[in-house]
Amino acid sequence: MSGKTANMKVVEGSYAVAHAVMCCRPDVISAYPITPQTHIVENLSQMVADGELNSKFLTVDSEFSALSVLVGVCAAGGRGYSSTTSQGLALMNEVLYNVSGMRLPIVMNVANRAIGAPLNIWNDQQDSIGARDVGWLQIYCEDVQEAVDATLQAYKIAEDKEIRMPAMVCMDGFVLTHVYEPVELLDKEKARDFLPDFQPDNILDPAHPKTFGAFADPSAFTEFRYQQFEAQQKSMAKIEKVAREFEEVFGRYYGGLLDGYYLDDAEIVIVSLGSVVGTIKDAVDAMRAEGKKVGLLKLRCYRPFPVQALRKALKEASVIAVIEKDVTIGCEAGLVTDLKASFYNSNIRTPIIGFAAGLGGRDITIKDIRNIVAKAEAARKGQQPEFEFLNLRTEIL
Amino acid sequence: MEKSLLAPGHRACAGCAMPTTIRLVLDAAGPNTIVVSPTGCLEVTTTPFPESAWCVPWIHSLFENASAVASGVEVMLKRRGKDTNVIVIAGDGSTFDIGMGCNSGMFERGHKVLYVCYDNEAYMNTGVQRSGSTPFCAQTTTTPPGSQSQGNPRPKKDMPAIALAHKVPYVATASVAYPVDLRRKVKKALQANGPSYIQVNAPCITGWTFDAGTMIELARLAVETGLWPLTEYENGELTGVKKVRRPKPVQEYLKLQGRYKHLFKKTECADSLVRIQALADANIARYRLVD
Repeated sequence: MSGKTANMKVVEGSYAVAHAVMCCRPDVISAYPITPQTHIVENLSQMVADGELNSKFLTVDSEFSALSVLVGVCAAGGRGYSSTTSQGLALMNEVLYNVSGMRLPIVMNVANRAIGAPLNIWNDQQDSIGARDVGWLQIYCEDVQEAVDATLQAYKIAEDKEIRMPAMVCMDGFVLTHVYEPVELLDKEKARDFLPDFQPDNILDPAHPKTFGAFADPSAFTEFRYQQFEAQQKSMAKIEKVAREFEEVFGRYYGGLLDGYYLDDAEIVIVSLGSVVGTIKDAVDAMRAEGKKVGLLKLRCYRPFPVQALRKALKEASVIAVIEKDVTIGCEAGLVTDLKASFYNSNIRTPIIGFAAGLGGRDITIKDIRNIVAKAEAARKGQQPEFEFLNLRTEIL
Repeated sequence: MEKSLLAPGHRACAGCAMPTTIRLVLDAAGPNTIVVSPTGCLEVTTTPFPESAWCVPWIHSLFENASAVASGVEVMLKRRGKDTNVIVIAGDGSTFDIGMGCNSGMFERGHKVLYVCYDNEAYMNTGVQRSGSTPFCAQTTTTPPGSQSQGNPRPKKDMPAIALAHKVPYVATASVAYPVDLRRKVKKALQANGPSYIQVNAPCITGWTFDAGTMIELARLAVETGLWPLTEYENGELTGVKKVRRPKPVQEYLKLQGRYKHLFKKTECADSLVRIQALADANIARYRLVD
């Protein structure tokens, strides 16, 4: 969390993020409306209309087209921006793979929302967690300030010559997109220094004709995939470095790959991501006041999945409870399964339990966090299922 | 003759009209051109990594998004003040069916992009399945003739009319058998103030099954029978039609192709032959192909 400064303004989350995008100076913004992403792109279109932002704003025919247009923009040497959520991200899925396979460093804000059926416009993180395998870096934000700052950082990480991978900056729909809270907007000049113009080595240029998007047969396909994998691995150091560089310029830091809250001596550790982290911190404060050794690990970067950093940060915990707003329908949920997998070949044998919570916008309260901590305590004695849906309303099943 | 901008050594079938079509298009457009292509025969025969037959910048992204990608390229070139041709070269499956949404978007937004469809009237890359462009009664692997079928039950989708409905300022049909006409149309299209669309009849030896040496003859017969009228629309007005002196009966065109051979084997198909002739006659009347 950032400290309050004199430059803070109370603005809507979507405006703050749009302002951050303006500071990133995209050549082209390509957008298709979907709730709750709309305010971000509406604000950007106004900035373009008012001449505040010198970008080309394209209103396209679908999310699929929105991202496809940016493939052309980026291959032609431009910085591209879009934003979407939920069904829109699902519709983009084929292009998501393509963008990372072609190593085009496009950045998108994902206003996290549930995916139907049943149709539901409210917040959870099924959309981006469900897109964990497409090759995009994924940064999750606790509050609006983080979403602002991560947007600028994301371009710097994505466009790095060693990385060249697209990035999603994930912010909870409505909870962060529509909230009004105090934010320090980015300084345009500082942002320009922090993020130089995009200058790719290879672009579509008749003076130097190159072929983009050739097909690869079995003799070379594995190596293309490996290079994407390797770039994700390399990006971990870059994410940390950029977070520190950002701190030097802007004075704010929330961890690179992850952050801890009362983690050092914690016996019961909650692992989570996104805006619910704020609620969990309040619950941790209350329980600490009662003498309970509870701590929080906030995962900022879900892709790449920071295996070593997680092992290091969680090795002293005696029980871990994962709270996440997604379900892998068929096998628990994304974060908890990834966390278990990353511990299996280590000497960490801490019990891990998982909770699918806040699905389709259901509130997660401090009381819920207390219940989860109680369940974590029971899990130490093996008295708790490994995975459950929090607050399941059995009366309507 | 100058070196072609599509290098030899690509892997297209002998007798395929697609590479010839591309060479004619690139001859007319020149080297200051960026080509965008969807997934399809063109892509797999010209760009097996690490080889490429393309001597102009070329990009492939997906099957259904070539016109969206081209929109992005065009916007960036405009932003950088560059006057470079942006040309989509795509097959009919991508153009008529799966890419329709992106095509509509590109047309409607008015990007200065020339869209060339090499139309071989089915999904040839996946093994000759029916597309929205497949003509009436043609055999494909998903419209096989049988006791209950005479091949494709529907007429070809009128894609140029769809382009015209978007007020695309230059729309034309062309044929690989008429290279001078095709080159002229490409040059004209590139001068259009906005998007342009050229649909080129491009026979596929594998899908249509004909003798490789007869590809051009076959494409010419499509025009001479009236089944493939060569037309040109500028700002919505029909401004050019290639006249046909003495239209040939459609059977002369059909009987050279394996995809229509069932029509000549079964007596109950006689009516279908009459209906195909009626389609040609309707074109002859509509476009006044005969003076």
